[in-house]
This record gives sequence, structure tokens and C-alpha cells, in this order.
Amino acid sequence: MLELKNISYEVSDENDNKEILKNISLSIDERFVAITGPNGGGKSTLAKLIAGIIKPTTGKIFLDGKDITDMSITERAQNGISFAFQQPVRFKGITVKDLITYAVGHPISTTEACSYLSEVGLCAKDYINRELNASLSGGEAKRIEIAMTMARGTALSIFDEPEAGIDLWSFQSLIKVFEMMHEKAGGSIIIISHQERILNIADKIIVLANGELVNMGGKDEILPSLLTDGPGCSVLMDKMKEVRNG
Amino acid sequence: MDRITKDLLEQVAGLHDIPTGAYNIRKDGQLYGRNVSANIDIVTKTDKPGIDIIIKDNTVNESVHIPVIIAQSGLKEAVYNDFIIGENCDVTIIAGCGIHNGGKEASEHSGIHSFDIGKNSKVKYVEKHYGQGEGTGERIMNPKTHIVLKEGAYMEMDTVQIEGIDSTLRETSAKLADDARLVIKEKIMTHDKQYAETNFSVDLDGVNCSADLVSRSVAKNESKQIFKSEINGNNICHGHSECDAIIMDNASVKALPALTANNLDASLIHEAAIGKIAGEQLIKLMTLGLSEEEAEKEIVAGFLK
Repeated sequence: MLELKNISYEVSDENDNKEILKNISLSIDERFVAITGPNGGGKSTLAKLIAGIIKPTTGKIFLDGKDITDMSITERAQNGISFAFQQPVRFKGITVKDLITYAVGHPISTTEACSYLSEVGLCAKDYINRELNASLSGGEAKRIEIAMTMARGTALSIFDEPEAGIDLWSFQSLIKVFEMMHEKAGGSIIIISHQERILNIADKIIVLANGELVNMGGKDEILPSLLTDGPGCSVLMDKMKEVRNG
Repeated sequence: MDRITKDLLEQVAGLHDIPTGAYNIRKDGQLYGRNVSANIDIVTKTDKPGIDIIIKDNTVNESVHIPVIIAQSGLKEAVYNDFIIGENCDVTIIAGCGIHNGGKEASEHSGIHSFDIGKNSKVKYVEKHYGQGEGTGERIMNPKTHIVLKEGAYMEMDTVQIEGIDSTLRETSAKLADDARLVIKEKIMTHDKQYAETNFSVDLDGVNCSADLVSRSVAKNESKQIFKSEINGNNICHGHSECDAIIMDNASVKALPALTANNLDASLIHEAAIGKIAGEQLIKLMTLGLSEEEAEKEIVAGFLK
């Protein structure tokens, strides 16, 4: 179980301090938890705080009752947190197989590495020895990012807009990946998303807007309000309508 | 074969033992071993130190190893190796120099190489420079390579200096005839107070000739690197050079590219990027469970792979 207690995150501007996250307290224990809300609402910042990439200004983070607030990125990763970036990072000379091997944490066979790529809809033999460099398309890099997270097999995984840029691969396949990950590792999968089809599989939806937790609950409770009169969520509402109508 | 010789040969030429095919091994300024084949002749020069490597027309799928080993501290030598390669060949040449300096005095090797590559021949040239030894004496290498590519000839030069060379000046020049192509891939890593300077100068003289020079380097600690490249487009041609460097600690890297187009249809490009390891690369590997030091090591190793 992941617990955030009174988490605030401020950045210093030239003259004043800007509060990106304001006194967020929540707990995550469900299978699939979606974090949604308008752009700039603080969703990615929250994900980075959980992964340890940034440290909160105030507040505490607990993983299975253990205070992880002061743990480094590496320590959190070793304690069972995985994070799939919104923008996959490109390298020079490091291959897809290298990255999957780091993710698994011990040397693996090519067949095993390939199995993760097949799960995300990539023809493994075309990719396994390729460098994860700028020659890969955004969608390809994104799927490899998901495959790496899957390969880690940790009890807590965070996906920052996993569906973005993946056009040819269906939502259904992405959801299958989440289900399979949960089957193997248990725990919770946190998904930052604007997509109704993702929100629909969530056991819990957290709505963040202007750095504040504006709503939290089961999908039956949250989803209707998001689509009609979500507080301060006009962007999301428009997006939802687009998806529903399109 | 003693342990140091064996170790150096493995490092610079990937050899575990005496190679098959044509070879010439030079150790501490002396001939250590030589073999010639029906198509590849190796002849000792009479006017200066060095050898001529003569490869007959139509020689295909053959290789020549010409490693140089220096295990004697304080040895300084300049060696002239001339490669005369016939027409329609397809050969691999593996050179390289390893210095083990266990003493106080500087050991220095200057390999002066010339390649005359016949029409439509294809040559892969692999060169590795490596230094080791517990002594305080400097390990210095100043390779000079001049390449002439005749019509339709192709050469790929892979040159690597990853470890242990205190000071190096690497000069490579080339002249290309019609339809010739030159590809140079250079990898350099310097550390502590090492200094490495690379000078490329390429004349694209022939119609539709092309050159691609790519240098990747990592400079650590207090080391310094200078990358100079000059491509002269004298005909309808394509020239590309790229310098991609990672700096760490208090190192410094300078890139001085020069492109000269003397023909309206010369197409010349240079790219240079110098900077520290991208923070997001470190973070990504750390989210996979690697420590910052491990992440840094993997990024550098991948970059120089």
C-alpha cells in the first residue's frame, strides 16, 4: 500500500514560490488506480514524487508502512516501485535488450527479453538488438518503455499517460498488459490518463486540478461527475466528449 | 609467449594466440613473428623501420594482423607501414598498438601508415590503442594515417583508444577519387590528465565520392581532447562529420570542424554535440534499480560501444 500524507511541492520562481501540489493525502491499495485531471494539474509531479525523482517540500510518503520520503530513486526502485515515463528517454549505444536486462535485474536470455516486447505488440526480433535512440518513433519508444516496466515485475507501477502516441496498438492490448502485470506481481498499478477507456477499468479514480485533490473514489462515483460537471476540468471534459463522440 | 605480450595482443588485436593468415608482430622494436600468404606479402623496409604490406589484385576474404607491442619502458620508435592494395580486393586489416610501461621513462610509438587502395577494392581497417602498466612513465602514441582511395574503392576505418594512453596526436588524411567512399569511426576515452587530439583532413576530389567521419568520445577527470576535422568538397560529393562527446568532472573537449565547398554540388555537413551525461538518462536507469554510479558506467559503456 502506498500512502501520501500532507504532500506539498513548491518550486521557486524569480520572485515567489509556486505551489504545484497542495497538501495531498491519499492511499493507494487498489488494483488499478487512475489519476486524471486537466493538464498542469500536478499529475506528473505526483508521479515523480512517488518515484523519488523529486522530493516533497512537506509531507511524507509510505510504502507498505515504511517511510520512503528520504529514499533515493534507486532505493525506491529496489523497494518495488516502477515508473514508465510520459516521454521515453533516448540513449546512444544502449540496446533494447540492455534496458530490459537492467529492468529484470539479472542476465536474461534473448527469448525472455523478446517475450516482453511481444506483449506490447512489437515484433521482438526487429527490436531486441536495436539501440533505444532517436531513430525509434515515439510510439515504438513508448511501447518499449511499457515493456521495461512490465519486465521489472514490481508491486507498484506508475504509468504516465501510457496511451499517448500509441496509435496502432489497441487500448484493449494495453489493458491486457496491466491485467497480466497485476496477475504476476499483485499490488497496484497507477495510471495517469485522460482516456475514458482507461478510467473505465480503474478501481479508483483520483482527480487532481490546480495542484489540489478535488475528487477521489470509485469509477461509478467519479466518472459521471467528470463527464458532466467536473470541477475545473473543462479541458478534460472536452477531451472526454471528443473520445465519446469520436 | 609471456603474459604481458599475450595480454597486450588480446587487448589490441583480439588475439588469444598467433593468428592464422598473414601477420606481422612487432615487439619492442623487433620482429616477433611473421607469416605471409599466397596473396599477401609482407616485406621489411630497408631504408627505415617498418614494413610494406602488398596485397595482390582480387584478394578476397583474407585478413592481415599487424600488432605492435611495447613492453620495454623508455622505448621510443617511429614505424612506417605502407599498404599497397590491388584492385577488386576485399580484405580486413587489424592493426593496433599496446604499451605496457612498468618503468619511469616515457614509452612512445608513432605508427605512420599509408594506404594505397586500388580500384573497386574494399578494406576494413581496425586499429586499437591501449596502454597499461604500473610505471610512472608516460605512454605516448602518435599515429599518422594517409589514405588514397582509387576509383570505386571503399575503406572503413574503426579506430579505438579506450584506456591508458597519456598523450596522443592522431592525424588522418585522405584523398578520394571518383565513386570512392571512406567511413571513419573513432572512439576515444581519456581520463586523469590525459590528452588526445584528433585531426582529420579529407579531400573529396572525385565525382560522387563520399566521406563519413564519426567521432564519439568521453573525457573524464582532468583530461583534455581536441577534435579537428576538415573536409574539402572539390567535386560533386557528400561529406559528413560528427563529433559527439560526453564530458565529466573537470574535463574539456574542443571541436573545430571545417568544411570547404569548392564545387557547387558539394554537399557537406558537420554536427557537433558536447555535454555532460543527460540527467534524464541517469534518472531512467536509476528507476530501473541501478545506482547513479552504475547508471553512469552503463551510459558511458554504451556510448563507446
